[in-house]
Amino acid sequence: MTVVDAESRFHVLAVDDSLIDRKLIEMLLKNSSYQVTTVDSGSKALELLGLRDEGDDSSSSPSSSSPDHQEIDVNLIITDYCMPGMTGYDLLKRVKGSSSLKDIPVVIMSSENVPARINRCLEDGAEEFFLKPVKLADMKKLKSHLLKRKQQLPMAAAAPDKPPHKPDEAAASAAAIAEAATAQTDGIISDCSCSGSSKRKAAAMEQEVISSPDQRTKPRLSSTSSGLAVET
Amino acid sequence: MAAAALRDQLTALLSSMFSQGLVDEQFQQLQMLQDEGGTPGFVSEVVTLFCDDADRIINEIATLLEQPVVNFDKVDAYVHQLKGSSASVGAQKVKFTCMQFRQFCQDKSRDGCLMALAVVRNDFYDLRNKFQTMLQLEQQIQAYDPKQQ
Repeated sequence: MTVVDAESRFHVLAVDDSLIDRKLIEMLLKNSSYQVTTVDSGSKALELLGLRDEGDDSSSSPSSSSPDHQEIDVNLIITDYCMPGMTGYDLLKRVKGSSSLKDIPVVIMSSENVPARINRCLEDGAEEFFLKPVKLADMKKLKSHLLKRKQQLPMAAAAPDKPPHKPDEAAASAAAIAEAATAQTDGIISDCSCSGSSKRKAAAMEQEVISSPDQRTKPRLSSTSSGLAVET
Repeated sequence: MAAAALRDQLTALLSSMFSQGLVDEQFQQLQMLQDEGGTPGFVSEVVTLFCDDADRIINEIATLLEQPVVNFDKVDAYVHQLKGSSASVGAQKVKFTCMQFRQFCQDKSRDGCLMALAVVRNDFYDLRNKFQTMLQLEQQIQAYDPKQQ
């Protein structure tokens, strides 16, 4: 586990069983001025997030916000898909099934372009799917997910014990979705509608095809502009 | 002037590695991350990790292929690992060879796998030599001008 650059605003937890890939993702994230913590397995990630037991932490019960408090404050999780033991998909399910962690955006990385896998991850709550090797341009896409969460954050901060699905919060998320949509951001926040997921899928698949000769200086502007624009 | 000559040598080596397809734009990205991040040892660290890892994996595969009954799934898992590491450092040629190798694993062909292993090994040794020369040149350049990198 390595912690670097504690000054920066967003803290990303990177999960990968390959040391080379951990080095790479850490470097990419550091270069994009994120605070980074890396771990080599899904179970270590959950441990770090304060979710220890194997049992279901009863996400259905609204009063379960206290038992699994977060050990460290993580703004986003980026995980490899293919890992021994707990896969990235398993980790995603655990995070999304936890009342205290479910709002943390999860991004999945994989070296294999398997459409069924990509869809499954996106439909089950992953924000994004990156094909490996991950590029600097991919890091820019993370910002939009982090900023979206920021918009929702004040409510959570004001009332941390609030049950996750109170009507007013749902309304607020809906408003945020509408706001995000009008602001031309990557509209969908928590629910992966078909159009949203296929758009992201397309973006992910595009990565293998696109390869501009001057990537060194201008990394893949095409994929960032294809439906993933953030700035307004 | 000696430092400039070494730099020319390094540039020539790197461009030949690209033109031969040994490395791809992912490797360029590592260099860019190193230069922009102000972390001089990054490429060296990742390349060294890759070489150690690849060497270990190739030996594991060789051992598996010597068994009387070959566990092709296990071989495939190792080749997949090697392919991933190669992709991450931009070792394009090794990566492509791994992709062909996986086909032989799926066909459960020992002869095919042994042939692919020989090719992967050859490609990897070739790349490792170049990487080693690259790192040596970088060290020599830095010795001339420690403030440069």
